[in-house]
Amino acid sequence: MEIYLLCLVLFCVGLYGAVRKRNLIKIIIGLVIMEYAVNLFLVLIGYRLQGRAPILASDQQVLNMVDPLVQSMVMTTIVIGLALIMLVVAIAVRIYEKYGTFDITKIRKLRG
Amino acid sequence: MYLSPLLFIALPLAAAFFTVLLGVRLRVLGYILASVSAITLLLASLYASYFVQHLPSHIFIYKVGGWMPPLGITLVFDALSTIMLVVVNLISLMAGLYSLRYIERYTDSWKFYSLFLLMIAGLNGVIISGDLFNLYVFLEVASLSAYALVAFGTEAQDLEASFKYAVMGALASLLILLGIAFLYSYVSTLNMAEIAFVLSGKPQGLLVYFVIMLFLAGFGLKAAMVPFHAWLPDAHPSAPAPISAMLSGVVIKTLGVYVLARIIFNVFGMSQKALLVLMVLGTLSMVVGALMAITQRDIKRMLAYSSISQMGYILFALGIGTPLAVIGALFHLINHAVAKSLLFFNSGAVEYSTHTRDMDSLGGLNKRMPVTAATSFIGSLSIAGLPPLAGFWSKLLIIIAAVQAGHLAMALVAVIVSIITLVYYLKFQNQTFFGALRGTLDKVKEAPLSMNIAAVILALICVGAGLLLVPSMRPILERAADVLMLGSGYKDVVMGGVR
Repeated sequence: MEIYLLCLVLFCVGLYGAVRKRNLIKIIIGLVIMEYAVNLFLVLIGYRLQGRAPILASDQQVLNMVDPLVQSMVMTTIVIGLALIMLVVAIAVRIYEKYGTFDITKIRKLRG
Repeated sequence: MYLSPLLFIALPLAAAFFTVLLGVRLRVLGYILASVSAITLLLASLYASYFVQHLPSHIFIYKVGGWMPPLGITLVFDALSTIMLVVVNLISLMAGLYSLRYIERYTDSWKFYSLFLLMIAGLNGVIISGDLFNLYVFLEVASLSAYALVAFGTEAQDLEASFKYAVMGALASLLILLGIAFLYSYVSTLNMAEIAFVLSGKPQGLLVYFVIMLFLAGFGLKAAMVPFHAWLPDAHPSAPAPISAMLSGVVIKTLGVYVLARIIFNVFGMSQKALLVLMVLGTLSMVVGALMAITQRDIKRMLAYSSISQMGYILFALGIGTPLAVIGALFHLINHAVAKSLLFFNSGAVEYSTHTRDMDSLGGLNKRMPVTAATSFIGSLSIAGLPPLAGFWSKLLIIIAAVQAGHLAMALVAVIVSIITLVYYLKFQNQTFFGALRGTLDKVKEAPLSMNIAAVILALICVGAGLLLVPSMRPILERAADVLMLGSGYKDVVMGGVR
């Protein structure tokens, strides 16, 4: 039980970073932490004590197995997360070229 | 069906791939592929809609790879998803047509078209997916291409808006993914019909409400409901005009309202608490969006705030939850998609010709840009809700439904917001198109032909969409509303359709 709660605590740490930090890079790191927390949570949902991979073979029977579906889901979310982080970092670098700063309080051309 | 339902996802994905592969050498290829696939998709979605309307059960389920659910992925075509497909593909075809000349002022148009096609693939996937995780993946495809398209101009403002949009969007996606994880741990399946089936046999504990809350926050962020709306007025104006039209016209509706309605009505079986939240936040969105829109001087920014306000109407009507209100919500969704895309096209045309979007430095353009002025007049009146136009009928339906359900105070708010809407659209018309022509605008020319054709077609639809309420056309809307009103009866229809 505690381990699931720790996942949520990790998620909240990321949320704090993404919402409260002023530096663009720290915001991105907050997003990464949130994503890892969700991935960890997904893997833990499928974990069984002393379970093993459910591989179908003719000569053996797997009785106690982990859930492979969440693992494949995590593979997908890792790829999606990679694409997102690449895009956001690229945008942050371009913002630095334009404004000369990573500080979000100084990047304010839009308001209203 | 005589065509593979995978077409809706595979065709734009393949077109995007070939645009990236060959677009650098062949400049026109991106445009050709985008328009060919947009036309094909519009025809295919019209056919799918016709096909589903004429099936006895009004539902068609495609099992990807022939695997039976819950093992395999299903694509669900019912009256609601096909009507959304038609709207999305219609707007994307118009946006594609509009882009032909508009996008010339940017470099690397092939990148634009490949991202545009990816966004269409994501939107179509979200609409027809019958599987929660699959839906999440397509949602991310659509959102990621939207973030990149908002930054397409790479001006300082565009990058800033895109970063804000990307962070808020990623936060929303992660909340949704967390909700999916919790839900999966409770019901051990990802197929939406199966989830509804398992949930109906289990007690509705605290966990289910927590999941609903996560989904409300996540999809509410995507739909720009009022406490979560801060990114929209920055992101939508910063994108190129055809993309603004797509974002305000269909992206927030598909990724936000459609999925939220599908999940709350069909998966959680019309949870009354969630509907109440939708109603309250919808009313709040109406009021805040309209009040913020009045003070804007930038045309696109005003339109973006107006989007928040009109989305409020749709969410409010869904929250009422009576059959009439749901018909009103869907009808308003269609009307707003058409009219708001039209207005973003017009604002793009004004910017194309005059190089400004500031209402204070415009005026008297109806003498120089007659087509843009006339079409934007129709679009403005349709959103503001003046009688002969379609927007009036959908708002009337929503207000009647609110009165019938006994929400008199909120119905009154809806009427007042409608008047405020009329005020700021008349101000926009007055400052931009009427009055004396400014000396600085003397040499302004009308926008290119292809941009005007797209605007005229959408204006004609704005006028003609009222026909959807004619008795012979009404079943299209009624059946779509019936899908939502089935509540968790959806699972029986889907499971019946699988066999």
